Amino acid sequence: MTSLRVAVVGSGPAGMYAIQHLLEQSLFDVDIDLFERLPTPWGLVRAGVAPDHPEKKLIADRLFRFFLKRDNVRFFGNVEIGSDISHDELTASYDAVVYAVGASDDKPLAIPGERLPGSCSAREFVAWYNGHPDYRHLQFDLSGPRAVIVGTGNVALDVARMLTLPATALARTDIAEHALEALQASHVNEVIVLGRRGCQQAAFHNPELEELLHLDGVEVQIEADDLLPPEQTDADWDTRRKLATLIRLQARRVAAPVKRIVFKFHRSPIAVSGDTHVTGVQVQTRVGSGSPRSGLPRYGSPGSGSPGTIDCGLLLRAIGYRGRALPGLPFDLQTGVISNVAGRVMDGSVPRTGVYVTGWIRRGPRGVIGSNKQCAAETVGCLLADARAGKLSRRSDDPVAQALIANQRQVVSFGGWQRIDRTERLAGSARGRPRIKQTDIGELLTSAGR
Amino acid sequence: MPFVIAAPCVADYSCVEVCPVNCISPGPQDPDFQNAEQMYINPQQCIGCGVCVEVCPVAAIYGADSLPAKWRHYAQVNRSYFMQRTRADDVP
Repeated sequence: MTSLRVAVVGSGPAGMYAIQHLLEQSLFDVDIDLFERLPTPWGLVRAGVAPDHPEKKLIADRLFRFFLKRDNVRFFGNVEIGSDISHDELTASYDAVVYAVGASDDKPLAIPGERLPGSCSAREFVAWYNGHPDYRHLQFDLSGPRAVIVGTGNVALDVARMLTLPATALARTDIAEHALEALQASHVNEVIVLGRRGCQQAAFHNPELEELLHLDGVEVQIEADDLLPPEQTDADWDTRRKLATLIRLQARRVAAPVKRIVFKFHRSPIAVSGDTHVTGVQVQTRVGSGSPRSGLPRYGSPGSGSPGTIDCGLLLRAIGYRGRALPGLPFDLQTGVISNVAGRVMDGSVPRTGVYVTGWIRRGPRGVIGSNKQCAAETVGCLLADARAGKLSRRSDDPVAQALIANQRQVVSFGGWQRIDRTERLAGSARGRPRIKQTDIGELLTSAGR
Repeated sequence: MPFVIAAPCVADYSCVEVCPVNCISPGPQDPDFQNAEQMYINPQQCIGCGVCVEVCPVAAIYGADSLPAKWRHYAQVNRSYFMQRTRADDVP
């Protein structure tokens, strides 16, 4: 049996599922090194999944953790590929490198005023409330009564919930301390969610929408001209479920509501108002019912309704993440992914031998956590096929460790992460919370080395 | 008594891989998988063995009679998923 040395870059679901498939094959003895830029693993499971979704975070404990406990898997936390170790050093030391770095940018609205203070991406807001070390210093203006979210995906709903959940509910989660304090002091009592298309095209999923039925003290309003009873549409089953829930939300009466979420569909932001800070967003109504049977254009087109301004002090765009280019790797600017076919990185029509991608940086930012499992199965399948065909080789054995020593980098091992994990959980149990996240790199490294 | 997949499902499909009677859909080979919000258990085929409960990485699977209150309607959601092509008013 031949041995295969594989580097995986990024320890979110994409990287972890790649490791799972490498561990589950029996053609090769495999040694895996996992590189993670942060001292902490799990990517968006830690820094993306909403604090009030603790069930989804179980995947780290019930699945991913076991891969890192294997003797043939090493975790290198606090190591950045591209600065601590170059891409070339990595490819020289491994038979194969799998990039699973996710999507660390977001799509712009491309409207005037978008860069004004007070206008941010939901991605940044999410990273902030989840305690991502790079975003802990951000400040969001929660002093006004209204926030506007552009986009109707699950991220938009996560953010809407975080802005409206009662402080007591937030305080039972693993939300970052700085965000808990800021949200407890928040004056936002109305969150407007703008959808460019109709409610039948909204990207949120049913479970996320249904959660709004259970928000204490929060009433939900829906403005949509395509909100039809499900039996009157020929929309697909998922959409009919959403329509039923939207109708239920609209009919729901909340005793003594303290906050409100308002969905406005068929509305496009056309400009952000304000001189030195966001004061509002100009919005245009779009014509066209979303109903495929209406005979009108399926998607609204701009330019019909008269523009109006919605006053707000905070504008969050939640219209999609976007991949970021990595030095030395071909990048498709159009789609925001590393150029690839089925996970093999491609220079034009030529595969870059031994270099692979999986997850969002391969296929773009869509799908749920498990979508990355199927994605990784295909990528690892290509890797193994190339190995069987004798295409993979390495020039040297393990110079990576030497490079890290030369850089005096404090590497966080899996044991180091377990010490961080224990510290956070202990701090949390004293306060009736699942954990209190450490968000400062220095503090995390201290805990890891303790 | 059948098992039911509730809201926490992240479509990891470990359940599909272990189900001895192949009653969980969609699987990764199904055309529906790409856009699937979650997996569903066909209550008419489930034999109640509970193997899926063990492998679910997010503990999303419950016995139909022990669903938490906020997810009680998922018994109907799972059932409805398998009836969606035969009825128009199947939405739970």
